[in-house]
Amino acid sequence: MSRELFRFKGGVHPPEHKSESSTHPIHAAPLPRKLVIPLRQHIGQAAKPVVNVGDRVLKGQMIGAADGYISAAVHASSSGVVTAIGLQPVPHISGLPDLCITLETDGRDEWIDHAPLDYRTMAPAELRMQLRDMGLTGLGGAVFPSAVKLDPGTAHHCPTLILNGGECEPWITCDDALMRHHADEILQGVAVMRHLLGSTEILVGIEDNKPEAIAAMQAAAQKVDFAVEVVAVPTIYPGGGAKQMIETLTGKQVPSGKLSTDIGIQVFNVGTAHALARAVHHGEPLISRLVTVTGHVLRRQNFGVLIGTPMHTLITLAGDRDGTTGVLMGGPMMGVPMPNLEVPVVKATNCILVQSNELFPPLPKALPCIRCTRCADVCPAELQPQELFRFAKAGDFGHAQEYHLFDCIECGGCSYVCPSHIPLVDFYRYAKSEIWAREKEKRAADLARERHEFRQFRLEREKKEKAEKLAAKAQAARAQAAQDQTRRAELAAAPAAEGAAPSDADAKKALIAAALARAQAKKAELAPKNTDQLSPDTRREIEEIEARRAKILEQARQPLDTQEKN
Amino acid sequence: MPAPFILDRSSVTQVMAWVLAALLPGIAVYVWLFGPGILVTLALATVTALAGEAAMLKARGYPAKPFLLDLSAIVTAWLLALSLPALAPWWLIVTGTLFAIVVAKHLYGGLGQNIFNPAMVGYAVLIVSFPLQMTQWAGPLELTSASLTLEQSATVIFGGDVPKTTLDAVTMATPLDALRTGLLQQLTVDEVMTQPIFGHYGGTGFEWLAAAFLLGGLVLWALRIISWHVPLAFLAGVWLTAGFLHFFDAGRFGAPWFHLFAPSVMLGAFFIATDPVSGATTPRGKLIFGLGAGFLTIVIRTWGGYPDGVAFAILLLNLAVPLIDQYTQPRVYGGARKGKEPQA
Repeated sequence: MSRELFRFKGGVHPPEHKSESSTHPIHAAPLPRKLVIPLRQHIGQAAKPVVNVGDRVLKGQMIGAADGYISAAVHASSSGVVTAIGLQPVPHISGLPDLCITLETDGRDEWIDHAPLDYRTMAPAELRMQLRDMGLTGLGGAVFPSAVKLDPGTAHHCPTLILNGGECEPWITCDDALMRHHADEILQGVAVMRHLLGSTEILVGIEDNKPEAIAAMQAAAQKVDFAVEVVAVPTIYPGGGAKQMIETLTGKQVPSGKLSTDIGIQVFNVGTAHALARAVHHGEPLISRLVTVTGHVLRRQNFGVLIGTPMHTLITLAGDRDGTTGVLMGGPMMGVPMPNLEVPVVKATNCILVQSNELFPPLPKALPCIRCTRCADVCPAELQPQELFRFAKAGDFGHAQEYHLFDCIECGGCSYVCPSHIPLVDFYRYAKSEIWAREKEKRAADLARERHEFRQFRLEREKKEKAEKLAAKAQAARAQAAQDQTRRAELAAAPAAEGAAPSDADAKKALIAAALARAQAKKAELAPKNTDQLSPDTRREIEEIEARRAKILEQARQPLDTQEKN
Repeated sequence: MPAPFILDRSSVTQVMAWVLAALLPGIAVYVWLFGPGILVTLALATVTALAGEAAMLKARGYPAKPFLLDLSAIVTAWLLALSLPALAPWWLIVTGTLFAIVVAKHLYGGLGQNIFNPAMVGYAVLIVSFPLQMTQWAGPLELTSASLTLEQSATVIFGGDVPKTTLDAVTMATPLDALRTGLLQQLTVDEVMTQPIFGHYGGTGFEWLAAAFLLGGLVLWALRIISWHVPLAFLAGVWLTAGFLHFFDAGRFGAPWFHLFAPSVMLGAFFIATDPVSGATTPRGKLIFGLGAGFLTIVIRTWGGYPDGVAFAILLLNLAVPLIDQYTQPRVYGGARKGKEPQA
């Protein structure tokens, strides 16, 4: 391996627990009777339903259309009848139900007409819209609509394309399994990405605890007609984070508040590349994915699962056991606890991790922070978590922002090493949600004040205009009266009255413009420092935060009292 | 229940237990060199600290068990005990320990909240209030004809009767005291150093104690319980300041090695200045903290009213920690500094 690798700062080494599931072959999960397909499975606008209750739909048929640029369509994962469109529990951190389309499958699994796309002859914009309508999203966990990320923007090309096979979270092996068994298809997807982004350098980063995946990808790379460098990167959490993978492979850091494309790099998960290949070469929308079912089950393995399959069917399939204490979607570092097991597998579901007291003992009670700065040592965002904690706990959100709270990627490394066992990430989420809520309020207040000020200005202006109109009328009347006077006097009065009117109008325009400029300047001045240039990633994060705000607020406040007093 | 759902095995108790373990070589050398009296002091300080801690936790309505088990009170007790003269009377030990635990720790908000290092506050209060009793040091066995047994030591500490001749035989000025007194008598450093209390680098015997603390400190560093920043900067601060003065007037200022191998410097550099609660948190801040404390240690030893300056130097730097931290915030990922957007 000739490439020089770079070491990002921080990181932790939690027990990997990969071999439990990665050594077994992939199984296709059977078709369930019922599929629950949420309309919001991605970042951005939820899809809008385009079917009605009672409609018969075919496998791959669009049932929710993308709503706007940052959105993605959703599709029926199998053929059947729409039985409900309404709120259902979904696997989201907020624990709140969301709009879903429920299908009763007919067992025929009948495909809608679909055909490969000739992506080389299509206009790039048209191809991206197609992909959006095929429901393509990132499958690494963030579920950002892929079409948006495949737009190289004003630079018209993105020299470096990184395929992320890091999979740094413990227990999860779905990307590993995908790379082992579908390496060729992954690279077919990369070819499409390369076509859209104009990338010249293609790097595949895989953590070195996945030698089989590395070998499979290297073998596949030999077969394609473009250069692909498969790189083994050190196993360290969160080395599979996009920013960390970029730094490991290129030594570059994405500037705070900017996008990786600003430094000419785009990153996709390997699963996304595979889904893209299925979409382009087979015309299949995103209706299934690989899911690792592991933890406290009898047969830990990876399943090919239709989107919308209830999680309990997978756990039953893997062999549920007594002593289950909970189920996470995702890994133990960033996973989300599931409210119940009726929730469906969605595009973001990479892993279903079943908990037990042996595998995941209850976390000990928190002690006060002793400022040991182990958190700062492991923070990959190079923050000072102990200070952020102090500010968040004290409700000093201004300082929290000044210390770059919004650069926190919530990887959980700080909580993992904290000798006082403080749930640090929870405090950051709480602070972020509070800041966002306050800014929303302030923006609303600013807008209201702006409107009020403009109304005052308008009323003044109208009053003035009325007075001027009256004055002009009086003048006109006087002029009328003077008409009987000499013809010379009449000629002199008329241009004067006419000349005055346009200059008045100009002055008014200038006044309005000045007032608007003032209002604009004030707004800019009041805008908070590090939330006005948010990257889409951060916006997405904030959007998520919004949804779970109410719950976290309660959670974060309680531990404060209980952790010290009990 | 929020993510993450797994924890590293570390705990406050584990951190504190390692600190205590790292003090053991120093304690062993202490016993070997000066007799077993220190064990009585350590035991008394430990019991007092735990009692004070328990009483304050109860008064403040906190659960006693998790906080007593965190061992932080014992660390404070041991650090104070090791700073006291080995034959200090019991009431001195109890007063200092209670002041450290009750006032410096709990009245400031308990674990994690104290601005000042509790052990050093206890020490400062004692040396300001009882300067005479604070200088009753046992001399190293190499130099004294006799030593006190454990029983005799306990008798001295608890105010019992010990023949005055026995006591005089075992107590003597510390090397730092001797240097100070000698210099006040217009002797040159070289003249003072001819006294038997001075050894190769530091004081006879005392230099071995310093080496034992150094060893314990290196263990803490190897285990990543402490980072290298504070101890190295502290030792550099001492060495550079003392070296600078010694270079200009070797007759009036002690050699840098002598200052470095006073046990209080090694104990201070590795065990006291590294107290995370009252110390700086940023890497650059830790360097400034250490350098500043080392510099002030020599300044106070040289021109201050007390023979040793480690405690006051650390307390003064504790005071500056919020300022140091605020102005040494490191660059975050992506180039932004505190309160600023990244430079283009």
